[in-house]
Amino acid sequence: MPLLEDGRLVADDWVTVADDAPLPDPPAILTLARLRAEDLAGRNAPLGLALDPATQPEEIADLLPRLSLVAVLLPKSKDGRAFTQARSLREHHGFQGEIRATGHVLPDQYRMLLRCGVSTVQLPEGADPAVWTRSADLVDIAYQPARDAGAPLGLRRRRLERV
Amino acid sequence: MNAYVDVTALPAPAYPPHARTYRYDEVDREFLQERIAEFSGQVERRLAGALTEDEFKPLRLMNGLYLQLHAYMYRIAIPYGILNATQLRQLAMIARRWDRGFGHFTTRQNIQFNWTRLEDVPDIMRALADVDMHAIQTSGNCIRNTTTDEYAGASPDEVADPRVYAEIIRQWSTLHPEFTWLPRKFKIAITGAPHDRVALQAHDVGVVVRKNAAGETGFEVWAGGGLGRTPVLARKIRDWVGEDEFLAYLEAVLRVYNALGNRDNIYKARIKILVRDLGDEFAERVEAEFARLPKRKYRLDPEIVDQIASHFAPPPFAALPDNPQAYAQALDGNAEFAAWAKQSVRAHKAPGYASVTISLKPIGGIPGDASAEQMEAVATLAERHSFGEIRVTHVQNLVLPHVRQEDLLAVWDGLRAAGLATPNIGLISDIIACPGMDYCALATARSIPVAQMISERFASLDRQLDIGECFINISGCINACGHHHVGHIGILGVDKRGAESYQITLGGSATNDAAIGELVGPGFAYDAVTDAVETILRTYVAHRAAGERFVDTYRRIGLAPFKEALYAVA
Repeated sequence: MPLLEDGRLVADDWVTVADDAPLPDPPAILTLARLRAEDLAGRNAPLGLALDPATQPEEIADLLPRLSLVAVLLPKSKDGRAFTQARSLREHHGFQGEIRATGHVLPDQYRMLLRCGVSTVQLPEGADPAVWTRSADLVDIAYQPARDAGAPLGLRRRRLERV
Repeated sequence: MNAYVDVTALPAPAYPPHARTYRYDEVDREFLQERIAEFSGQVERRLAGALTEDEFKPLRLMNGLYLQLHAYMYRIAIPYGILNATQLRQLAMIARRWDRGFGHFTTRQNIQFNWTRLEDVPDIMRALADVDMHAIQTSGNCIRNTTTDEYAGASPDEVADPRVYAEIIRQWSTLHPEFTWLPRKFKIAITGAPHDRVALQAHDVGVVVRKNAAGETGFEVWAGGGLGRTPVLARKIRDWVGEDEFLAYLEAVLRVYNALGNRDNIYKARIKILVRDLGDEFAERVEAEFARLPKRKYRLDPEIVDQIASHFAPPPFAALPDNPQAYAQALDGNAEFAAWAKQSVRAHKAPGYASVTISLKPIGGIPGDASAEQMEAVATLAERHSFGEIRVTHVQNLVLPHVRQEDLLAVWDGLRAAGLATPNIGLISDIIACPGMDYCALATARSIPVAQMISERFASLDRQLDIGECFINISGCINACGHHHVGHIGILGVDKRGAESYQITLGGSATNDAAIGELVGPGFAYDAVTDAVETILRTYVAHRAAGERFVDTYRRIGLAPFKEALYAVA
């Protein structure tokens, strides 16, 4: 599926692996159960986690040093738990890797996802990235602190940079 | 990406003098224009099929647009219920041009238009933006309009001005990147007075602004209140949050709710269910989140507080004596005026001034409705007599907050000419009612006609004064928009095998003695509700001790005498 990063389509090096499928060589996104069960000590290729919306980032904090990617999921566009997971991963756990938004994501949510620390969005097949960047750039004034690079502290209005 | 330019310190534009509404500057105005462009684009994508109705619905709701029984309903935000005269005139213009000449003020201190055509919405949005208004976050599963005390800045019992913090909450919650896709709607009420006039415990979060011995400002926080099909009163989760940590604490509350609130069943998705189920653990989780938040990042800068507070500085009150002779003479010489003043005029913190509550509950009328002409009349009176300021109350009335006592007779004359001088504030015909089956797609019974019948039955002012303070709240379905659970007499209309049936609860309250009313027994048919209310009030009058209000008597004697009177076989 197309992957959106900084408003552009980029190549996706990752494969999402089912629990019963063999572990491939390229960077792999696994479920929490698989990550916990499998002996990954000898593996050098990057690992990712498909984080269930009901799992709190605290519960996976011990795994984060091994992870290069956490995929958060919007099962429906109006299910916004991923926003808090992303923010928590960045703010409390200092996670520096890729946070990928997956599932039913709307262009209208792109700016908010970015502001919560999400770095990439998995788009539906055939999606036009221009729709996403346009949507993100429509409202470029923000009233509250989030993960805006170098942003002022507290309740100060800020103008966001274009995507 | 996500870098910023600090745009805080732009000059504010000229605005009508003295009115203490938050004054938009160019940045706030640009933000509104961006939002209009965004919503227009969303409508286009919906029309082009790029958005499904399921995808579009939360987006339109977040812009105040509901699809109701007969038409779209457009709910416009009146931040913390404060309007200036220019804005009220514009609402009158909108009512006349794009609706049927009426607007409906709501218990959330907003206004809604019930006959909106979708194709007119962009024009209405622009007309609103012309006076710095909008409909953002008046619906949807996001942080809604924060409500506050309608007498803020005027009431003698005020400890701290809640408007400043209501505005801070408004800004902080506007398009909040993390809390715009919550499990369910989220309503915050804030008060700065010891007497609760905001129904604090009926809110998802209730905030009391306080001062400590050192004169510092802080906040007492309650959480988990809500009505709907499972009424729950909020519980206190913190005695004191310092001013600079206010936003950090709210972030912590919302973050716990967003992470853990129920997503599977909309009837269990409000924060009240989470708080009820977790008990003390809810506050503990909030504390844990609060403790690890980067405080510096969320710090509420005193400079920002001061800057926002400057918008709400007291208007230039004249040095006046209390109870001027002109007022005393008018009261003595005019019994009708005196009867109105007794119900509608309220003490003010500035000597020589008073607050006037304007009843939107004429006998037999629709609670909360005002015609375009009435809105204009109130705007004119506000300009002449109240520094251009108007408030909307959570019981669906209006307030002129700062009126000279010597002008009260003139204000009454003006209100009378506009059909707005019904002297029933706080009395039995000052009824809260949801739109019910006359407008609402969710309703299962009528509520407006029930309010009208009751108000007509008790039309006599002498009778109303004899009954004294008694609040009737009516909802037309279990979603409880009429707040029936917290009415002294609560009436809930449901559908029972194809017929409307009205369940009555007694003893509810939405103020300091907050309580959920108790169900009195089986429901009453539409035609029998008014008689039932009559029986309840006769029972109260028969049992009351000197000086007891309805709710006092009820609490003393309990449900049994009412039950007996209502259900005894004749």
